[in-house]
Amino acid sequence: MEKRVAFNERWLPYLLVSPQILITLVFFFWPSGQAIWQSVLLEDAFGGNSRFVFLDNFTHLLSDKDYYASARLTLVFSALVASVGLGVSLLLAVMADRIIRGATAYKAFLVWPYAVAPAVAGVLWGFLFNPSVGIVAWSLAAIGIEFNYVINGNQALALVVIAAVWNQVSYNFLFFLAGLQAIPKSLIEAAAIDGAGPGRRFWDIVFPLLSPTGFFLLVVNIIYAFFGTFGVVDSLTKGGPAKATEILVFKVYNDGFRGQDLGGSAAQSVILMIVVIALTVVQFRFIERRVHY
Amino acid sequence: MKRRLLASVATVATLVGMGSAQAQVELQFWHAMGGNLGEAVNAQVEGFNKAQSAYKVVPVYKGSYTETLTAAIAAFRARQAPHMVQVFEVGTANMMAAKGAVYPVHQLMADAKEPFDPNAFVSPVTGYYSTADGKLLSMPFNSSTPVLYWNKELLQKAGLDPAKGPTTWPELGEMAKKAVAAGAKCGFTPQWQTWTMIENFGAYHNLPFATKSNGFGGTDIELRFNDAARVKHIATLAEWSKDRTFVYNGREGRSTAQFNAGDCAFHIASSASASAIERALTKEKVGMGMMPFWPDVIAKPQNSIIGGATVWVLQGRPQAEYVGVAKFLSHISSGPIQAKWHQETGYVPVSKAAAEITEKSGFYKDNPGRDLAVKQLLLNPPTENSRGLRIGNFVQIRDVVDSELEAVWSGKKDAKTALDDAVKAGNELLRRFEAANR
Repeated sequence: MEKRVAFNERWLPYLLVSPQILITLVFFFWPSGQAIWQSVLLEDAFGGNSRFVFLDNFTHLLSDKDYYASARLTLVFSALVASVGLGVSLLLAVMADRIIRGATAYKAFLVWPYAVAPAVAGVLWGFLFNPSVGIVAWSLAAIGIEFNYVINGNQALALVVIAAVWNQVSYNFLFFLAGLQAIPKSLIEAAAIDGAGPGRRFWDIVFPLLSPTGFFLLVVNIIYAFFGTFGVVDSLTKGGPAKATEILVFKVYNDGFRGQDLGGSAAQSVILMIVVIALTVVQFRFIERRVHY
Repeated sequence: MKRRLLASVATVATLVGMGSAQAQVELQFWHAMGGNLGEAVNAQVEGFNKAQSAYKVVPVYKGSYTETLTAAIAAFRARQAPHMVQVFEVGTANMMAAKGAVYPVHQLMADAKEPFDPNAFVSPVTGYYSTADGKLLSMPFNSSTPVLYWNKELLQKAGLDPAKGPTTWPELGEMAKKAVAAGAKCGFTPQWQTWTMIENFGAYHNLPFATKSNGFGGTDIELRFNDAARVKHIATLAEWSKDRTFVYNGREGRSTAQFNAGDCAFHIASSASASAIERALTKEKVGMGMMPFWPDVIAKPQNSIIGGATVWVLQGRPQAEYVGVAKFLSHISSGPIQAKWHQETGYVPVSKAAAEITEKSGFYKDNPGRDLAVKQLLLNPPTENSRGLRIGNFVQIRDVVDSELEAVWSGKKDAKTALDDAVKAGNELLRRFEAANR
């Protein structure tokens, strides 16, 4: 039997949700509307010379092979960030869950990176791997691996993924740990009594019961990879070398704010907006069905 | 009681009112000069503020050149524009095209009845920032040009004469190879690769960067920097990168860190990097010379072009305030102030008076090499290939060239393909600029 709250006044519920609606309108719908309007204009940066060009900005984008390259890169990048990020944090959470002594200290250390802003994380990792002064690059050189993310595109991408994952692992870890601790111990103990080993217990009991958390984190991580990683890219590689790390959100910034091409940049953000909306819908319609609640 | 309170409130109000009537007019000046350069700018502004009481210039550091420009554009669109903003040379074409946003300096000076002689400035500087009929649009402020630096210690180790640098590229290549063989981590590394290796390379060898006098003749232009000379140059550098004779150390000014650390024998960098380089390596260890050239392309080098920034005046403020702006611009471009700026930073003296004052003070005797930048700019009367560049969407075009060059350094593309691709992508950006400013 569901519990329902009845309001006697018709306006009260509207009044109660109005602050939220207002915030959504001002901070989400209004800028989105502006972006859509801007995307059909071609104008100089100061706005003195503005022309309505209908879908020109979009056709221009869709005939640009750099744009497709950036889109492909974003897919690879997001897949890497989400899979590595979720994998590592699940592993850490499972291990932290087993620890009995000093658990709080371990948890505190693991949560620490989340307090570091993405831009700072980028600078930090940039220092460690700097080809001439970085301690990690230096150690790698000592064992014969030349690591130079200033020239090598794949290494640059790897570095950006590492920095982005490192920044997000704590968040994932917290949710996974909470999810693990919510699983009734009796289920696991019952399975153990029935003779299931640790691996079997994990895949048949823990993993399915963790799937709502995992699904939520998947959505959050993909959105993070699409938008939240801007700071890391900006402070580490600025999209280079040779566009090897120019993901879509960085291209939006680069074309709009460095290149002053507001129309083209707005068109990109509109496409990005559509992609993320579509992705979220797909995730909720298809993947969510396989999730056990 | 109440009446007395009212009266005192009224008195205070009158006093406040009087105060504001006499208050100075504040003039906003947004710039991109951080660190030592920022302090030098603040000193210039303070001098102006102390010398008179009608106006108070407020200098605001807004970050990098791009960040400063973006901030000014956003402010202009919100009708809160600063009076003056420092814009780098790459933004010139876009600033010129911004209808109704810019108050041209020649017109400002005439409107404000401020004495102003554009001939007081050196021609490579005014040429870059003037209209086709010679009217100055923005106030020359900090201009530089790329020069060659070398590490005397590394040359000595390689058994080379540390006092004598190379004059041609083949010579540089040979010397750099020897330096690497003698243990240097890198032979040669350039700063701002597009500016030094493509743009200035063209002017120096009297080759066009784009059609119509590098864009001075209109916006319907096409890029031309994929010529045989530059393809060969880039291919040579790529070849050199195999044995670290050439090392790419990142975009913009990042490579200077490697040169300053003593890793590289040769460095082509802005003349404005001189003071930082001398501070890092000590004056005795740094050699300076003009950029090398390819003798098979040109018998004697033409002249280099400038980089750096000028001060642009933005529209949208009450007319009376612009009188103060005109006075301030006169102040910062005056001989003694520009001479001090030139000596402290390594930017070239933008006015003839500043050059003379510096010459007379004996500065060049104590700091050999610091006069090279100006000499290189004035090497020959400029041709249509070496007057400057006026390219729309230039920031993006530079990004394109940078990433195509990176594709060469990482071995993904050969020099010819990369430069052809850069020209093709750049031309598309030019068409977009043309369409946006029709």
